[in-house]
Amino acid sequence: MIGGWLKQRATRRRSASAGSALGRRQGAWLLGAAALTMAPHASWLPPWISGLCAALLAWRGLLLWHGRQAPSPWLLLALTAAAAAGVRAEFGHFFGKDPGVALLALLLGLKLLEIRAARDVRAAVMLCFFLQLAIFFEDQSFPVAALALCASLLGLAALVAQADPNGRSGEHLRVAGTLMAQGLPFMLILFVLFPRIDGPLWGLPADAFSARTGLSESMSPGSISALSQSGEIAFRASFAGEIPARRQRYWRGPVLTRFDGRNWQAEPAQEAAVPFHAADGKRIDYTLTLEAHGKRWLLALDFPGATGAALRHTGDFQLLAPRPVRSRVRHELSAHPEAVVGLAETAATLAAARRLPAGFNPRTQALAARLAAGAESHEQILQRAVSHLRNAGLLYTLRPPLLGRDSVDEFLFDSRRGFCEHFASAFTVLMRAAGVPARVVTGYQGGEINPVDGNLVVRQLDAHAWSEVWLGGRGWVRVDPTYLAAPRRIDDGLAAALPAGEALPFTLRAQHDWLRNMRLRWEALSNTWNQRVLGYNPERQRELLSRLGLAPGDAWRLAGMLAAATGVPFLCLILWAGRRRRRSDPLDRAWQALSTKLAARGLARQPWEGPHDYTQRVASAIPELAAAVRAIGVDYASLRYGPHSDSARLAALRKKIDVLRLP
Amino acid sequence: MPNFHVERLLEAASQIILGKGHELRLAFACLIAHGHLLIEDVPGVGKTTLAHTLAQLTGLQLQRIQFTSDLLPADILGASIFDRDTGTFRFHPGPVFAQVVLADEINRATPKTQSALLEAMEERQITADGHSFELPEPFFVIATQNPTHQIGTFALPESQLDRFLLRIRLGYPDPMAERALLMGEDRRSVLERRTPVIGPAELVELQRAAQALHVADRLIDYVQALLSATRHDAELAAGLSPRAGLGLLAAARAWALIDGRDHVLPEDVQTLFPHVAAHRLHLAGDARPVPAATLARLIQSVALP
Repeated sequence: MIGGWLKQRATRRRSASAGSALGRRQGAWLLGAAALTMAPHASWLPPWISGLCAALLAWRGLLLWHGRQAPSPWLLLALTAAAAAGVRAEFGHFFGKDPGVALLALLLGLKLLEIRAARDVRAAVMLCFFLQLAIFFEDQSFPVAALALCASLLGLAALVAQADPNGRSGEHLRVAGTLMAQGLPFMLILFVLFPRIDGPLWGLPADAFSARTGLSESMSPGSISALSQSGEIAFRASFAGEIPARRQRYWRGPVLTRFDGRNWQAEPAQEAAVPFHAADGKRIDYTLTLEAHGKRWLLALDFPGATGAALRHTGDFQLLAPRPVRSRVRHELSAHPEAVVGLAETAATLAAARRLPAGFNPRTQALAARLAAGAESHEQILQRAVSHLRNAGLLYTLRPPLLGRDSVDEFLFDSRRGFCEHFASAFTVLMRAAGVPARVVTGYQGGEINPVDGNLVVRQLDAHAWSEVWLGGRGWVRVDPTYLAAPRRIDDGLAAALPAGEALPFTLRAQHDWLRNMRLRWEALSNTWNQRVLGYNPERQRELLSRLGLAPGDAWRLAGMLAAATGVPFLCLILWAGRRRRRSDPLDRAWQALSTKLAARGLARQPWEGPHDYTQRVASAIPELAAAVRAIGVDYASLRYGPHSDSARLAALRKKIDVLRLP
Repeated sequence: MPNFHVERLLEAASQIILGKGHELRLAFACLIAHGHLLIEDVPGVGKTTLAHTLAQLTGLQLQRIQFTSDLLPADILGASIFDRDTGTFRFHPGPVFAQVVLADEINRATPKTQSALLEAMEERQITADGHSFELPEPFFVIATQNPTHQIGTFALPESQLDRFLLRIRLGYPDPMAERALLMGEDRRSVLERRTPVIGPAELVELQRAAQALHVADRLIDYVQALLSATRHDAELAAGLSPRAGLGLLAAARAWALIDGRDHVLPEDVQTLFPHVAAHRLHLAGDARPVPAATLARLIQSVALP
């Protein structure tokens, strides 16, 4: 017991003295790794914690620069207690992701200051690795992944520098890079084959349910123009064939039927696995990649065709996901732009589409009565309304004035300035007042084709609202009142439709063409990342595995495949290493064999030791072998350094080494 | 059989210089490798005797120059003096025109005088009054110098130190050898009675044999790695020059020849390396001469290829 304890103490002291001075280069690697690891965390950690971490790193750097020792353990202990208390005060508890990460980041900073021995370096590097993993709790984008990769590389370099303190920095980085490259095939295989977990891997509840920008189930004046300042991507679509023209690209979101005088609300609609309309006519196939928005609806191109997946169709021609979309999803969809929909609409639906609250917008009511007077059909009323609005001098603007109680009246007759929700709302109210069933449809219109990868990118600023009017014999017909005032909004997009001098979202401004170009390239890259890496979900894994001939749920075969797939590259690496050794000539191998044999007695050859010195050392250590080993040394020396090579003598030398037995 | 000569030389020399077998071998290796020898030690340990021994045993003619602070270049090289009979100037060769020149306490002379000798060493000829005069062959300079911290010395500049192939130290004799020295006859008189073991022709033969000695590619790799290690070491101000590398290889060849081998081993290089490097390398910062421990560390930092 006591002997063991003493031994342990001795080794501890030895290791402590060996690593007491954290080498400057090794320290630089370690600090670099820690800084890169903490950098992405800084954007979501409380500022005081980020600041404290930065200060700790700087302190360590200063100590390293001046070659000074670590500060007193008591000071560090006090600091640790203070940091823990601070985290407790900030979050109220230590449980959960955020306080955990904050505490780990602080501990890493303190650990760096505490480094006295080799094992402290290893612990710090491991802590770095763990914190790199924690980055993905918050952000899984491509740049963050690249940053984490760089940080891991620096961490590895710190470990390499520890093993080889005299080597050059470039060499450390090269070895670390090689190690990483060797790990790459295993990473890929495990990524592809290891059973995926459903849902976003890091989608802890707090993240998935947090508020996001996007459409909602209701619309009031100003709700969509607020979205128009956001360049955030709502969804992407890649088309199998030609991309439909911009004025065809109406992406259907919530359909709003109920109007209370100010707000438009969706009404619960019936759901079914098949469409309520006859999906016929021209068909467009596309893949929709929808960003998480926390709601069930998908943004389908009008009008959605039948789908294979577990999607639901609604009575108002929306497409719904089975569950709220809390992570990026991908669906193969189709659209039938020429389909005639809603021919046999129920009376209840039509009644709901005519309902107006009493006592609102009297001037609009009066206008509607004028338009409807003497009209023979709903179509005629529609024509009259359209031509009236076209000539009403309405202005399309991102900054409409605030409206009062009778918002439609004020828009149509007073301010005459509005965004798409004003147009859609006013037109729908006008139609209803004239007795024509009408409703508001929200969604997105247009989108931008990324020339880099040919995909369509639809942003929040493409959010739009339009109207649908029900005409007997024609069903629901789309009418976009915005088009009446600002046709360019539909033909050329938002930027073209706005009057000059109006504040545009930064990326849409024409003078920032290069910026837009950069952004497009960047988005194409991150789309690839999203599709290939983050979008690799259980479903796509099953797809891939079945293409590889693996039935779903066949756990044994999957395990076998995993073992084989990781085993083969591992074997290849071993063989490669072996081949590298074998590429050296037989004389070297024979000489190495002697050293290996004698290593059992602690008499391995030093790398710098020549044959004469080495055999002399062995001879004096093992007198029984003196003569034999000296002869081997002379033979090897003359074969290796002599003027003549001789295969017979080489064979003899190998034999001599082979038969050598340690006494 | 060149090796036979070497063995006889060494045996005869070790009867005169007692207990310094290793240093004698180094001195002979330097002679065989066409190099010049620098002996650095305190006075009275037998530096001059060593020079006499080398000259006497190889049958070479020796000239001794005692360097002092008022020595002039002409005192070494010689001077042109007007000859009244012919009415012309005639060159009178100085003491440097000898096969073995013993430059005693070279660092007592002024740099100007030192460089006169050192130029002669490098060019193996001297120029006076527009005429070149070949120095005899073989031409071997043994310079002795007191440790530079002694009073009244001018340290040799680095560029000139580079012209000495090896630097050795004799050190005090071990007790046995010292007792024999004290009891025996005066070394000089023993030496004067000694007949040469070999003649200049045999010495030249030895030098040629050493030059022709086989050096394996791996050994060249090793020498290169060693040179590169001196150039990349943080502790050193500067690394070894290519001339030093050539010298190291030549000395290692001579050492292998003395050892009776037909090939050079890494051990030969390792043995000679401290003697080739010690007077050429300086520590970074305070420019102190490199300590032996650093040289040993350098050797151990380079793996055999």
